Amino acid sequence: MGGPVERPVPEDSSPQQDAAAIQKSTVSQGPNDSPYGVARHGMFGVAGSGDTSGYGGLRREPWHVPAAARPYGSYFDEIVDTLIEAMPASFEAVTKVVIDGRPPGRLDLPGELTLHVRREHLIALATTLRNDPGLRFEFCASVSGVDYYNPDDAASNRLHAVYHLTSMTYRRRIRLEVSVSVADPHIPSMTALYPTADWQERETFDMFGIVFDGHPGLTRILMPDDWDGHPQRKDYPLGGIPVQYKGATIPPPDERRAYK
Amino acid sequence: MTSDETYAPSRQTTEGRIYNLSGGDWDDMLARVASQDPIKEERLVLNLGPQHPSTHGVLRMVIELEGESVTDMRAVVGYLHTGIEKNTEYRTWTQGVTFLTRADYLSPIFNETVYCLAVEKLLGVTVPSRAQLIRLILMEVNRVSSHWVALATGGMEMGALTAMTNGLRARERCLDVLEMVTGLRMNHAFVRPGGIAQDLPEGTVEKIEHWIKDIRGEIAGLRKLLGGQPIWIKRLKDVGWLGVEGCISLGVTGPMLRAAGLPWDLRKTQPYLGYDEFDFEVPTQDGADCWSRFLVRLDEMAESVKIVEQAIERLEPGPVWVDDPKIAWPAKLSIGPDGMGNSLEHVQKIMNGSMESLIHHFKLVTEGFRVPPGQTYQAVESPRGELGAHVVSDGGTRPYRVHLREPSFVNLQSVAALAIGGMISDVIASVGSVDPVMGGVDR
Repeated sequence: MGGPVERPVPEDSSPQQDAAAIQKSTVSQGPNDSPYGVARHGMFGVAGSGDTSGYGGLRREPWHVPAAARPYGSYFDEIVDTLIEAMPASFEAVTKVVIDGRPPGRLDLPGELTLHVRREHLIALATTLRNDPGLRFEFCASVSGVDYYNPDDAASNRLHAVYHLTSMTYRRRIRLEVSVSVADPHIPSMTALYPTADWQERETFDMFGIVFDGHPGLTRILMPDDWDGHPQRKDYPLGGIPVQYKGATIPPPDERRAYK
Repeated sequence: MTSDETYAPSRQTTEGRIYNLSGGDWDDMLARVASQDPIKEERLVLNLGPQHPSTHGVLRMVIELEGESVTDMRAVVGYLHTGIEKNTEYRTWTQGVTFLTRADYLSPIFNETVYCLAVEKLLGVTVPSRAQLIRLILMEVNRVSSHWVALATGGMEMGALTAMTNGLRARERCLDVLEMVTGLRMNHAFVRPGGIAQDLPEGTVEKIEHWIKDIRGEIAGLRKLLGGQPIWIKRLKDVGWLGVEGCISLGVTGPMLRAAGLPWDLRKTQPYLGYDEFDFEVPTQDGADCWSRFLVRLDEMAESVKIVEQAIERLEPGPVWVDDPKIAWPAKLSIGPDGMGNSLEHVQKIMNGSMESLIHHFKLVTEGFRVPPGQTYQAVESPRGELGAHVVSDGGTRPYRVHLREPSFVNLQSVAALAIGGMISDVIASVGSVDPVMGGVDR
């Protein structure tokens, strides 16, 4: 296996496509643009507890992940160009392009490419990523979930399934992110494309309650079969420890007084 | 219930009549059952584990047998789930190490390092080269110790008890090195975001030099013991076959993938911590069977020793924490007779000398540092394959989400592919060659 293969970039067609991709990736649109996480009030975990630390008035807004603008730097432009060429529908499929781990304008730093994908297009996009000779993401390294819980916006697409794909041919990595809401937590399963997703999707279902349609046997894997709820969700009640001594109990960790 | 049924109570299910058997004599049971209800098919569902000495920990396998041939099998995991990932969300970034080191308990340094590399990526800091080098040395020593356990327990499960005693003896030598440096044999929590807990104690280099000599002897010894052992070869050769295509589609990495012939090793293909500056080979085999995996592990240990040998020559004095007082651990630590703790000098300084130092120490230890919002994925080559950490920060003093891509968990999916079509006795060899660590599988 060698380094990246030189691919001729179609000179005539790419500027318009580039412009469109930038537009697509910077215009605020759709569900993926909802803010991440929770707005924070105060510095400690407990509200209204007579916190006299002086930090009770701190306010922190939920953070936004800015969409990246061209050029993306590193090998990312080549991946996106090849993807657009191989799958014109990727304009529809990809709602946002994000470069993680790099401040804007610092193209000298390595970053990580994330494509936010609409679930309807996930399988088609992943198929292209896997099969196209210029992309060859033949290895699905990891499937996991993240819950960007926002109590003020219950209908938000807070559940994210995150796929890390590796191209062994070109030694590249890419991240796909699909977000769904708790009311409609369905994402098509990748098991037909990447059989390794089998257990990892089961784990994501177990922990986050994301339902992977088309999975051959979507059952719990780490928790017992009869468990209620999905423990990795941020609003999962932690319960606390029922240790009692003369009426005292230990509160669950998210209700204890602690820095945050 | 008649007295006949006490041996093999049966019940009717949609699948047909099912007999439950535990203990007793096999021939007796078959004779009894046959006398009441002639056996039409030889299908037998066998539950192996989760408590069984040959299943490499609390792994349960449901195996369907036709005679002694495996026709179907399912691995059941989750018995060791301790919620490590969830727990890290309620501790500071530094405390996260203490949890993650307990995931795959045979390769704790790898869990710590991959997490710390990810956090450092989010922080945008690079640790000093001495700290990187020490991490690398510890990882390679840890890789050797982990492979020794794989070979020892794998040998024990095959009945090669000398392999087990020799292997565990050799592993202790590795753990001696780790204990000298970190203070603990396992679950070190030694690698921290921003550096390592403390510098190498005096005499470490000599200890490691001694270890290199010892462990080379041990490796040669095991090669002699098992390399030409006809029973060992017959039990492993052409057993548990999984080729490159199967490995990649099932996500299998590490020695299993290299034993199938693909030299994919993240230390070479996507280097981290300066592995590209070291001279070592990636051992491969092309048998894709248990025997090839055994050979790959043996060769890998020798290569790891080579790396350690080069690394201790490059050790130069220097800091082991990032030069950023907002991140670096405020206290100088030292190993006392009762374990690791704050050094007396430091305690004297903050208690008697400088109020600002005390405040700084207190804030950083109780509250921790903040990590800029974002997410990252960092992968390292652990003894079992690609170990990845997907870390998300919301800008606070605690991780928002930490996910370990555990090679044990992913590789274990291949057990069914290895076992189906083979003999029941080969299932044990196959599981041993995958080398799953259930602490990592279940987290």
